[in-house]
Parts: sequence; structure tokens; C-alpha cells
Amino acid sequence: MKGRQKQYFISLGLVLLVSAVCYGISPWLGYRVVAFILLLTVSLIAISFDILPVLVSATLSAFIWDFFFIPPRFNFHVGNTEDIILLIMYFVIAMISAVLTYKIRLIEKASRKKEEKANTLKLYDTLLNSFSHELRTPIATILAATDNMQSGNNNLTKENKDELINEISKASLRLNQQVENLLNMSRLESGFIKPKIDWCDINELVYDTVKKIEDNKITQKISITINPDLPVVKTDKLLLGQAIYNLLNNASLYTKSNSRINIAALVHTDILEMIIEDNGEGFPANEIENVFDKFYRLKYSKAGGTGLGLSIVKGFIEALKGRVSLENISTGGARFTIILPTETSHLKVLS
Amino acid sequence: MNKAEILIIDDEEQIRRMLEITLKTNSYIVTEASTGSEGLIMASNHPPDIILLDLGLPDKDGMIVLQELREWHTGPIIILSVQNSEEVIIKALDKGANDYLCKPFRTGELLARIRSALRSSAAEESEPIINSEDLQIDLLTRTVKKKGELIKLTNTEYNLLSIFARNDGKVLTHQYLLRAVWGPGFINQSQYLRVFIAQIRKKMEDDPNRPQYLLTESGVGYRFMSNTV
Repeated sequence: MKGRQKQYFISLGLVLLVSAVCYGISPWLGYRVVAFILLLTVSLIAISFDILPVLVSATLSAFIWDFFFIPPRFNFHVGNTEDIILLIMYFVIAMISAVLTYKIRLIEKASRKKEEKANTLKLYDTLLNSFSHELRTPIATILAATDNMQSGNNNLTKENKDELINEISKASLRLNQQVENLLNMSRLESGFIKPKIDWCDINELVYDTVKKIEDNKITQKISITINPDLPVVKTDKLLLGQAIYNLLNNASLYTKSNSRINIAALVHTDILEMIIEDNGEGFPANEIENVFDKFYRLKYSKAGGTGLGLSIVKGFIEALKGRVSLENISTGGARFTIILPTETSHLKVLS
Repeated sequence: MNKAEILIIDDEEQIRRMLEITLKTNSYIVTEASTGSEGLIMASNHPPDIILLDLGLPDKDGMIVLQELREWHTGPIIILSVQNSEEVIIKALDKGANDYLCKPFRTGELLARIRSALRSSAAEESEPIINSEDLQIDLLTRTVKKKGELIKLTNTEYNLLSIFARNDGKVLTHQYLLRAVWGPGFINQSQYLRVFIAQIRKKMEDDPNRPQYLLTESGVGYRFMSNTV
């Protein structure tokens, strides 16, 4: 049954039920008390239903009261003037209560919408700020470096030039990373992600991903602890690879140089568990539950970052029906754990 | 080394400029087209040694340009595109592209791909022998040597490796490999492929986890590089 139909069904049913009960006990009640009971019923209906079903119930209950309760009973004739006034008042009060409740609900809805809009605006503001920072900083670097080299400044040594070129290269990589994040986020937001599940060699995936991170010239040391005979698992290697990449990238961005990062993978029956740990400073305990939220940035984090990286991790892992969690390690550092339901195969040797 | 001619078909002037400088300073001869139709005419008037083709062209879909080129042009075609979805990459490879690079790409990577595409197109008629620093594959005597030592391969391992050796430097899709080695009924049995790739790597690579010869193209397939740069 559709929502509107259901509302008519319930509200009219309620009016009929209450009327029937009142009819049964009417020998002990005055018919004027019945009017109040019916009015109460209509008001209750008005609290949660749309205006039309409420108006219809109000009208119906007025006719029922007139027909079954006001003497002389079983016709629409009303005996005395007092009852005529009462009936008119009943009808008007029922209508007013219906319309008023409806209006209050409208106002509530509008203020909720306003609040939502304010929240969206606030989010949009944060987003704009972080993105203008994250996109403009590398662009500023590139422009400044190229201007510098084009200026004909003869004081630039070869070392200076090499350094400028190196900065341009680093800035471009950073821009590229942000664009990747934005594209991935819009994929997630559009609900366009359909995992392509196929057999995947986790060793291969991890080594490839670590190599990509190492190509960014990071200063941290990444170690890999995975059994070379780990069974192959069924998953979408691009989504999982991107999630691992973001976690490793995050660790390399937010730990001091020469920190250590370790990535491990284990297969339990039909479960793939991946753990990415670092020996950095870990996360503030009261913010751990927020770090996977979209656009969330740690309160006292250094400049940079858009709050997208970890939310993409969560989005991709959830698209694979898994979950990802974060905890601080007691000896220092952060530990991300990915748990993925998966099929595994020990088919390892063929001839 | 005689100068190879490279035709760039890309509508972005900036990309063409960068490529031109990069390629000319690496001793290639460069010609350029900014639309698909212009590129087709230039390629037919004077067939280049390599074509670098962008997929997002203003006048016609790059995939169609690729298809039309492949009706008569047999030289290597490398796709340069901002599209990085595996579907598009696999489609381009199926339509006859030799290689696929996603923008942004690193210059070193592009030069390596160009070198290997040129090498494989030159090697097509010559002896079927791969002779790299520490790896020798002789397709006539069916022998594979690593650092002078004979490697024992099973039949399937050898079949797979020989397909790679004949397509040195070229990306081969999972489906292509499965069909070529096991037949059309096996194109969904990708786990076979993964197992055999892992086995060959164990025998052939110094570190199977950081392969030098048999490289993974994530989500697409594998590429054999006899002379990794």
C-alpha cells in the first residue's frame, strides 16, 4: 500500500474504531463527552499524518457524531440550537487543529532544511578552503619556480636550478594525488563503483603498491611481512590497491622522516586481513572515530590534506563489503586494519 | 641508430609541444596532427615508425581512429590518454594498440615504451631469440637460460613464456593470454594465469616479488620486458 493510501486507511479506521467504542459505552457517557473523545482522536491523527487525510477524518467524525450521537439519533437532524452551535464548533475546532498541526510540521521541516543547508554550506566552506590550499600551493610552487628560471636571473646556480626543477616535480606529483582523490571521491559519491571481483595475488598487489609509494621519493622505510605462499583471494585489486595506497601515502605524509611503516596480510578462512602500521605518533584518541569521515582533518594537523584520503579508503573497502578500523599502538604509532570477506584458493602449483 | 619517425595525434597543443621537445632531444623525428582526420591523412601519406594517439580527439573518437589506422597500418601504436579505466585500456589493446600510457605519465616511462615498441616491430622478422643481460630465450631450440644456467620449465610455463617473448614490451591482456595458452573455453580462468605467472617468476626473476622481466599491468594483463630500463 502506498504512503498516502495507508494514511487514509489508518486515520479513517481509527475514527471508526473510536466511534464504535464510544457507541458501545454511550449509555454511560453523555454525547457531548463523545465529541471531545473524537476531537482528541482527530488531533492525534493530525500529529503524524498529512493534511488531507486529517481533514477527511475530521469531516467524517463530525458526521458520525451528528448521526449516531446527537439526539435525535440516526438522522442528521439536530434537536436544539445549543447542539447546532456545538456541532459547528466541533467541525471548526477539528479543522483548526488539523491545519495548525500541519503548519507546525511545515515550519519544523523548513527549519530542519535550513539547518541541513547551513551544515552543507559549512562543509562546502571547509572543502573550498582545504582544496584551494591543496591545489593552489603546488600551482604557486610551479609558477614561482618557472618564473624564477625565466627571469634571466644570472645569480641562479646550477644547484638552484636543479632544486627549482625538483620542486616543480614534487608539486606536480602532489597536484596529481589531489586530482586522483577528487576523482575517486566523485566516483564514490555518484555510486558508480561496481567492484570487479577476480582472483588476486596479494603479494603482487602489495609489492606493486609499495613500489608506487617508493617512487614518490619518501623518506620512510616500508617493510612487507606477507607469507610468500599466501593463497590467492577474490577481490577487486584496483579498489583494494587504491585503499592500501592511500593508507601508505597517509603514513608517509604524516610520520617523521625515517619512520618505519609495515604492511602485513593474513588469510583466515574466507577472510583477508591486512594491517598497515607505523611507528609515528599515532592519532589523538578522541578523534580516532572521525578520521574516516569525509573532509575530516585532525584539529592540530600540519597544513595540507583535504580529508579525502581516508574516507576513500573506507568507501572502497565498504564497496568490497569489508571494514577498516584504526587504533593506536601502545608502543606508539597507528595501526589500520582492513578486514575483507573473500573467497580464497590454495591453487598454487600447476604444471 | 637511425632516426625513427614518430607521429603525434593529440589535440592539446601543450602536450604536443612537450612531446616534441622530449622526443626531438632524444633523436626522434616528430610530426604532429591535432585532429583524428588530419592524423589519418598524415599516417597514410607517410607511414611513421610509431604513432602516439590520444583518445580524446575533437573530431572523432580516438578508438575509431585506432580502428581505421589498424585497417592498413601495421606499425606500433601507443595510446596516450587521460582515461585510466581498465575497460578502456583493454578495449584499446583489443583494437590493436601496442601499448597504453595514462596521462600524466613520466617521460622516462614513455621513452622506454617507445624503445620497446620499436624493438619489437624491428624484431618481428628476425631470429626469435631474446638476449638480454642475464636472460636468454631461444624459441627455435625451446631453451631458456638465466645467467647462463638452463631453466627447467613445464610445457605450459614454456608456452606462456614464448608468447611473452614473441611480444616483447607489449601489454598482453589476461583474456588474450588465457585464450592463447588454454583455449577460448578458459578466458575466465584467470587464477590459472596468476599461478603460472608466479611460477615463471620464481624460476626467472632475481626477486619474484620485484619482477624485472614479467611485469604486472594492474587489472589489464602482463608485459614482458626483455630489456627493462
